[in-house]
Amino acid sequence: MAEVPEHLLQRSRERRKALGLPVPGEEEGEAPAAADAGGGDAGAPPPPPTGGGGDAGPPTDGADGAGGGDEGGGGDTGGIPAHLLERSKRRRAALAGEAAPAAAAGGGSGTATAVAAPPAPTATGPAGHTQRLLTVVKSGSIQQTRAEAQDKVHVWPHLLVIEFASILILLAAVTIFSALVRAPLLSLSDFNKTPNPSKAPWYFLGLQELLTMFHPMVAGVTIPGVGLGLLALAPFIDKNPSHKPKDRKFAIAVFTMFIMLWAVLVIIGSFFRGAGFNFVFPWNDGIFFEL
Amino acid sequence: MANGNGSGNGNGQGGRERVAAALEKVDEKVRGSQAWTAIFRPGSIYRRGYTDSPRNRSYVIMNNVLYHLHPVKVKRHAVKVSYTLCLGGLSFFLFILLTVTGIFLMFFYRPTEAAAWSDIKTLETAVTFGSLVRNMHRWAAHLMVLSVFLHMCRVFYHGAYKAPREFNWVIGVVLLLLTLLLSFTGYLLPWDQLALWAVTVGTNMMGYTPVFGSSVKYVLLGSNEISGDTLLRWYVLHVLLLPFVIVIFMAVHFWRVRKDGGITGPL
Repeated sequence: MAEVPEHLLQRSRERRKALGLPVPGEEEGEAPAAADAGGGDAGAPPPPPTGGGGDAGPPTDGADGAGGGDEGGGGDTGGIPAHLLERSKRRRAALAGEAAPAAAAGGGSGTATAVAAPPAPTATGPAGHTQRLLTVVKSGSIQQTRAEAQDKVHVWPHLLVIEFASILILLAAVTIFSALVRAPLLSLSDFNKTPNPSKAPWYFLGLQELLTMFHPMVAGVTIPGVGLGLLALAPFIDKNPSHKPKDRKFAIAVFTMFIMLWAVLVIIGSFFRGAGFNFVFPWNDGIFFEL
Repeated sequence: MANGNGSGNGNGQGGRERVAAALEKVDEKVRGSQAWTAIFRPGSIYRRGYTDSPRNRSYVIMNNVLYHLHPVKVKRHAVKVSYTLCLGGLSFFLFILLTVTGIFLMFFYRPTEAAAWSDIKTLETAVTFGSLVRNMHRWAAHLMVLSVFLHMCRVFYHGAYKAPREFNWVIGVVLLLLTLLLSFTGYLLPWDQLALWAVTVGTNMMGYTPVFGSSVKYVLLGSNEISGDTLLRWYVLHVLLLPFVIVIFMAVHFWRVRKDGGITGPL
C-alpha cells in the first residue's frame, strides 16, 4: 500500500477546512491510519450511494478517501464529460437496484475511472459534481512488461580476479622471456650493404610473398587494400543473424580459409625463403628470419 | 609490531592491546580527516571499509576510475576464460605495458642518424635494466600484434560482429591496422641493418600506390629514400601521433562494447 504523499494530505486538510468539514489529522490525530483505511478500501466496491448521513460514512474526500491513487477525489467540480456522468448515474442506479455490493463494480467497463461514490454530499461544486475526473486509461494502453531475468554476476570479484590473474601471468611471461632472449640489434645501418635476403617485419611477410607472384601494385596495394576493406565490411556482407556455428558454416569456412592462406604465406615468407628470396627448406639451409 | 614495542614478556599481552587501540585511533583519525574524505568519494570502500555484500561489490566498481570501464555486473558466461581467452583485455594490457616501457626507452634515445643506433647500444650495455626493458618492449610489441589478431579471430568465430556490433567490428579493424603501423614505425627506430632493410622492403611497396605512389612514399619517408628525416618522422608517429589516435579508437571501442550490451553470447 502506497503512502499518501504529504502534499495531498495537506491539500485535503485545507479543502476540508474550507468546506467546514472535520479535519481528521488535527482533531483525532490519526490521519495516517485514516489514510491507510481509506486506501485499503480502494479495491473494494464503493459503498452504496444511499447512505445519506452527512459525514458519518467512510472517508469520502480527497486523498483521505482515495489513498489508492486511482480514485479521483476532490470535493468540487472538474469538467466531467456528460457521457461519463450519465454512465456513473446509471451504474449507481443499477447498484442500488441490486442492493448488494457487486464484486465486479468499477472494473467491468474496462476503463479505470473508478468513481469514489460520495454519500449525499453536503457541499458540491458549481455544477453539482462531487468528484473530478483525473484521467481515463484505456484498457489496451496498459501493457505489462516484465524484464527478462538475466544470469549476471558482479564484476568484482568474478571478472576482476580473472583479469588481474591473467595480467600477472602475461607480465611474468613477458618479463622472464625478455630476461632470457635478447631483442636483435644488428650492425649499424649501411645503405651500401644490402643484406641477402632482405625481409619485411614478419606480419608483412605475407605481402612480400605475394610480391614474388604479382606485380608490386597488386601485391603491395590492391590485395591488402581489398582484403582489409572486405574484413572491415564483413558485418555488412554477412547478413545471417545467427550466432550459432552450425548456421554459419559458409562464413566460418571463408574466414578460416582467409586466415589460413595468410598464415601460410607468412610462414613461407618467414622460414622458407633464403638468399635471393628463393625457396629453401629451413632444415637444409637454416633459418633466414629475425624478429 | 607488538613485539617491537613491548618491553618484555610480562606485559606483551597488554602492549599488544595498547598498540591495537592506538592503531584503531589512528585509523579513525585518518578516515575522518578532511583530506581522506576529499580523496575518496561517498560510498567508497576506503571510507567505510569493505565487507562482502552486493552493495559493496557494486561500490568497488563504481568508485574507481579504472574499474569503471566495466559495468557493475556482466553476464555469467562473459567471465569464462574459455569464452574470450582474455585476448581483448590482454591486448589492452600489452598496450599499457608498451607505453610504460616505451616511455622508459625515450629517456635514452635520440632519433637522429648519428645517435640512434649508438643510443640503443649504450642502453643495452650501460643503463640499469636497459636491456631488459628494451627486450620487453620488443617482445610485447610482437605479442600485441599476435593478440590483436587472435582477438579478431575469436570475435569472428563467435559471430560477435553482427548487429548491433557491426560498427565496433569496423573500429576493431582500424585498431588492428593501427597496431600494425605502430609496430612497423617502431621497427625502424633501432637504425640497424635489420630495421633499415625491413622498412625499405615495406615502404617500396607503398610506392606502387596508383596515381599518388611517389607522393605517398615521399610523405611517409620525408625524403625520396629512407634517411635521417624518415627516422625523425617515424619516431614522432611512433611515440606520439599513432598512440594518440589508437587511444581515441580504443576508447570508442570499449565504450561501444558496453553500449552494445556487453560481449555476445552465450552461443
